[in-house]
Amino acid sequence: MQTTGRERVLWGIGILVVLFYALLPVVWIASLSVKPADKLSDGKFFSGVSFDNYSSIFEDDTFLAALVNSIGIAIIATVISIALAAMAAYALARLDFAGKAVILSGALAVAMFPPISIVGSLFDMWRTIGLYDTWAGLVIPYMTFTLPLAIYTLSAFFREIPWELEQAAQVDGATPFQAFRKVIVPLAAPGVFTAAILVFIFAWNDFIFANTLTSTDNARTVPAALAFFTGGSQFEQPIGAISAAAVVVTVPIIVMVLIFQRRIVAGLTAGAVKG
Amino acid sequence: MASGNGGVSDRARSERRLAYMLCAPAVIAMLIVTGYPIAYAFYLSLQKFDLRFPDEREFVGLQNYVDVLTSSTWWSDVATTLIVTVSSVALELVLGMAIALVMHRAIFGRGPVRASILIPYGIVTVVAAFAWRYAFDPTSGFVQGLPLIADDWAPFSERDSSLLVIVLTEVWKTTPFMALLLLAGLALVPDELHEAAKVDGANAVQRFFRITLPLMKPAVLVALLFRTLDAFRIFDTVFIQTAGANGTETVSILGYNVLINRVNLGLGSAISILIFIAVILIATFFVKVLGTSTAQQRGEGK
Repeated sequence: MQTTGRERVLWGIGILVVLFYALLPVVWIASLSVKPADKLSDGKFFSGVSFDNYSSIFEDDTFLAALVNSIGIAIIATVISIALAAMAAYALARLDFAGKAVILSGALAVAMFPPISIVGSLFDMWRTIGLYDTWAGLVIPYMTFTLPLAIYTLSAFFREIPWELEQAAQVDGATPFQAFRKVIVPLAAPGVFTAAILVFIFAWNDFIFANTLTSTDNARTVPAALAFFTGGSQFEQPIGAISAAAVVVTVPIIVMVLIFQRRIVAGLTAGAVKG
Repeated sequence: MASGNGGVSDRARSERRLAYMLCAPAVIAMLIVTGYPIAYAFYLSLQKFDLRFPDEREFVGLQNYVDVLTSSTWWSDVATTLIVTVSSVALELVLGMAIALVMHRAIFGRGPVRASILIPYGIVTVVAAFAWRYAFDPTSGFVQGLPLIADDWAPFSERDSSLLVIVLTEVWKTTPFMALLLLAGLALVPDELHEAAKVDGANAVQRFFRITLPLMKPAVLVALLFRTLDAFRIFDTVFIQTAGANGTETVSILGYNVLINRVNLGLGSAISILIFIAVILIATFFVKVLGTSTAQQRGEGK
């Protein structure tokens, strides 16, 4: 296709509009996080730089505990759901059996599940059996959205893997399980990694379960901690500190998303379009 | 798959057994984490069960459902949820399509555009809600400093403007997802059809509505299904920005307030079950429409 100067200019403008759209609120909250306290309400994007907000949140035990909880819970939820989903996705993509459609549509149904529908029963069960305000008490409900997402993404990736290699291994005397472990696992690793990032982002993002099933530093994750952050006075939200904390939980995700953007786009769309 | 050969059917049987073994943990886990709690929620919804008065716990049949369905709060919250859902999904579709078309016709710089639209996707919803709230809040915001906007405009003090900010936040956060799904759909539209239509004298608008859109229908419907169900469950943004004040309460916020703040597990569970039913109804509607169009596509494609 030939491109004219006019097309290039229009496209350039398009890029700028998209960049502006995507970055505006991010720049705003980053700007609030480094504003000196007396400039917080000046409405300007840049009015000096102060790292007081950052030093205050990193001296705050509640925030640090929440950060540890967020990282730990999201990693555990990711590992468990990827392990379970990888086995199922392998079967769905490679083996011949009845009920594939049932499992896939079941997973889709679970993905559509409204979390508010089980929050009340989990709250009641968890406080009875002692899982309220614990890591396990969040990891378990996270399976409601991490498992279907992982199954969909992984089975889409697994369908692309060259199938003959596994058969070749079986011809050479490997059992189906050995063929799975020694041949398919290494080939599947990039897809598994992508699915893990997507699942981690979802778990990291959760607010409704973290808000309802935790109450203290024991298991409260960052999104829930942000909602209950209180400043010097109980009636005023510490805007600067919340903004700094928001930037801290955003940066790692943005870095991951930018590094693995190609894979993430493939993972996001593979399940939806091919399924 | 039927097979006459004894050896092959042995293999087929062991393959099937392996498949069930591999699927079982994930399937059982999904059943336990969703099936059991939803059944328990239904059981709770049939009781008068307020944690502040645990001694008064008793079986009341469908009374909680009658109470919810005859309350005006429930219906106004349903209306609010539908307003937010329909307006955000409609805006996302238009904006997402625009971004997808821009990316599809990329001349240069496709990488930076893709990277930047993934940023809203990656951001925690609570953070996005705070960012937009602080942008519109009259004390900390920059919006009031913009031309044509009153310096003392307080969007969170009334319903329409609160809903506007909520919808804006949702649209900002989820349009990238919509755009990526649509972009994947666009890739399935063959270029030759466009060239042929161009030769026949069709302009860009005609080509979009007569060729691109019909061929993309399955991708559009999938994207709409995902986003509609997601938007209907909206909780995080509303909780952070208004907590349901000034008539911005959605059904999920109502459920939260009754279950967690008022610890009325019986009544709250009835709300939970009703939201669940609403989601099933929406999904069924989409699958009916979707089912026919994917069947058509399969017939042509394979």
